[in-house]
Amino acid sequence: MNKTLAALAILAGLSSLVAPAQAHRAWILPAATVLSSEDPWVTFDAAISNDIFHPDYHALGLEGVEVAGPNSEAVALQNPHTGKYRSTFDLALARAGTYKVYRASNGPTATWTENGERRRWPGRGASPAPGDFEREVPMDAQDLKITQSSWRIETFVTAGQPNETALAPGNIGLELVPVTHPNDLYVGEPASFRLLIDGEPAAGAKVSVLAAGMRYRDSQLAIELTADEAGLVVIDWPRAGMYFLEADYADDRARAPATARRGAYAATFEVLPL
Amino acid sequence: MSRSFSRALAAFALAGTTAANAQSLSVDLEVPRLRVAEYHRPYIALWVAREDNSVAANLAVLYDVAMADEEGEKWLKDMRQWWRRTGRSLSLPVDGLSGATRGPGRHEFVFSDKLADLQPGQYRLLVEAAREVGGREMLEIPFQWPPAQGSEQRVAGGQELGEVVLTLQPRTP
Repeated sequence: MNKTLAALAILAGLSSLVAPAQAHRAWILPAATVLSSEDPWVTFDAAISNDIFHPDYHALGLEGVEVAGPNSEAVALQNPHTGKYRSTFDLALARAGTYKVYRASNGPTATWTENGERRRWPGRGASPAPGDFEREVPMDAQDLKITQSSWRIETFVTAGQPNETALAPGNIGLELVPVTHPNDLYVGEPASFRLLIDGEPAAGAKVSVLAAGMRYRDSQLAIELTADEAGLVVIDWPRAGMYFLEADYADDRARAPATARRGAYAATFEVLPL
Repeated sequence: MSRSFSRALAAFALAGTTAANAQSLSVDLEVPRLRVAEYHRPYIALWVAREDNSVAANLAVLYDVAMADEEGEKWLKDMRQWWRRTGRSLSLPVDGLSGATRGPGRHEFVFSDKLADLQPGQYRLLVEAAREVGGREMLEIPFQWPPAQGSEQRVAGGQELGEVVLTLQPRTP
């Protein structure tokens, strides 16, 4: 497991692999997603909270946040800052096209019983290094269960004409491949996205879509969807605004020695009025 | 968007025209005078759309073309339909398309060359305006091209646009 996964997954409750009872969500929120000037800048918030886009719990650490530019080139975060409840950073979109901003991790997790006690790896707050799994998880332990886990948080911004180079999947973990471009979303135009697990359709993945601004309404109004055999979901946006999408997938088609496979995915989308 | 078309279809041949015998499309649009504390001239885009919303002709985009470092392009996205349908794929400024903003009053634009390649069919004229610290409005007027006869259609804006008049003039023998 990536060294940041355990700490983040515990904080974020990104999947039930570590902290199933928590509903905290990690998100990266751009101030705008469609930009028109010659050399636009966009500013972002990144946080972990229960209420979508309301930073009131924990800042999302910026270590590990990466940006793929219109040619899939790495783009540096500008002015990174981490406060109590949120991190902020800026991006200079020097080149026209679509940028993907993401933080992702994958690797094994394990649980077992030792001297009558339930053990887990990595431990809470642990930051495992390469090789730690092999050293620290006893492969002959009682009730040993190894899960191949992944999580990913991302968002997208576009300067000028959208392109798709940065949107190509890495075919690792649970990923979203746009059928509809993520910066070309409009009320009244259903958007299609394909979910992949290790590059294959994530059939049956559970998807939940939440609009921003829970403080200003009485109900979550979550749109609950299930990916079809091709991994596709279709979202009919009820109104313009910022949305948070989260997806979860689990099966038992794991790489040995893991016997279970889990993926968690979350993304922020902006939907514009027609 | 105001769809309360005050459609005045008058079939009459326009006298005293510009180019020799070319058919033309002219747009007379009114930028309303607004009593607001902070007024910026609106950005305005004019284009011709096919029935599937694709752009058949990009007629004009009026924005702060003279600002240093092309800073004026920052707000082009606020004309969000124009930006989506065509603006974002252009490398601005474009000669013969980009122009300066216009203040309150009526402004006439006559197009002929830009429509030379327009295939016969049903189209819509789209006029979209967006104003800094103000609102955004889009009006549309359907029309047939080429015009069989002279015609005039009017549509009234509600906030960012006043009256927009589309005048079509057929090819003269």
